[in-house]
Amino acid sequence: MNPNASDLTEIEQDALAEIANMGVSRAASSLRQMVGEQVLLSVPAVRIVTREAASKLVERNNAKKLVAVQQSFEGPFAGKALLIFPEAQSLELVRSIVGDEHSLEDVIDLEQEALAETGNIILNGCLATIANVLHRTMRMSLPSIVRGDGATLFEVDGAASGQFVLFLYIDFNIKSRDVHGFIALLMDLPSIAALKEIVHDFIRGIEQQSSGHAG
Amino acid sequence: MNYKVLVVDDSKLARMVMASAFRRIRPDWSLIETPNADEALATVSKGAVDIALIDFNMPGTDGLELIANIRKSYPGMPVAVVSANVQDEIIGRARQLDAGFIAKPLTDEALEAFLSGAALRLRKGAK
Repeated sequence: MNPNASDLTEIEQDALAEIANMGVSRAASSLRQMVGEQVLLSVPAVRIVTREAASKLVERNNAKKLVAVQQSFEGPFAGKALLIFPEAQSLELVRSIVGDEHSLEDVIDLEQEALAETGNIILNGCLATIANVLHRTMRMSLPSIVRGDGATLFEVDGAASGQFVLFLYIDFNIKSRDVHGFIALLMDLPSIAALKEIVHDFIRGIEQQSSGHAG
Repeated sequence: MNYKVLVVDDSKLARMVMASAFRRIRPDWSLIETPNADEALATVSKGAVDIALIDFNMPGTDGLELIANIRKSYPGMPVAVVSANVQDEIIGRARQLDAGFIAKPLTDEALEAFLSGAALRLRKGAK
């Protein structure tokens, strides 16, 4: 079998994009509180691609040197959530959070910790919203920081290199700062089947709720 | 009084969630769904819309731009932005356009509160 986006029906794709959009929009609002400036978001994209293709998608328009905060999640479906941006911008992101009054040395000292905490707030916010919307519980790992190109971030060279994954991503941009990045969710195929089930339950739920109370 | 409500959202799922909420709390009102700003404007310009509920993050024209456009011809129409993007700027811009804000995930309570206010406003306007 050669999975591609057509394995998701139109309504499944729509539902995943909308649910991810709610998660990321909520998360962006948390980021906005942290940086004190508006965070602009793109419309979400949902694809079933190989890890390699996913890695190419995040490198597009970007320097190859990326930094990501990643958190694994487990529950009825499992995968990885990543906050990704060009490495050259990570100090600017940290500075926008801790404030401009800090020296470069301080910012460098704080970088690792600030990135982990930022990632934690954003990714947790995103995943918690998704879990709540779907009425499921998800466990999340502690955040870790990865540096490298798209292939490193998505473990393209590992055993799972040729595997197809569900790849959801949204661009974000901090207005008036030169900071842009992605929030990406990566799920492996067994999880996609579970997720499809849950999305169907969700859609059935919407239909039943209304017919039960109509009139 | 039963009103005609325009629901603008690029996501079919989001429109289904909205329609479902209406069937619970305002089953007699009629809904017109459109997936983008262009179709929304075309519908509004026919004069068949009393209230509009508009997603913010859509491909092409976003929800706030759409509302700014609607306001040119319909300064008094009750309108709300419906979005999970609860950033101050979004809510602030909605307020500037005299539009409400309803957070996603949508709750019946939030929708009910907006619709009650909208109906009141339309009744006052009709007098």
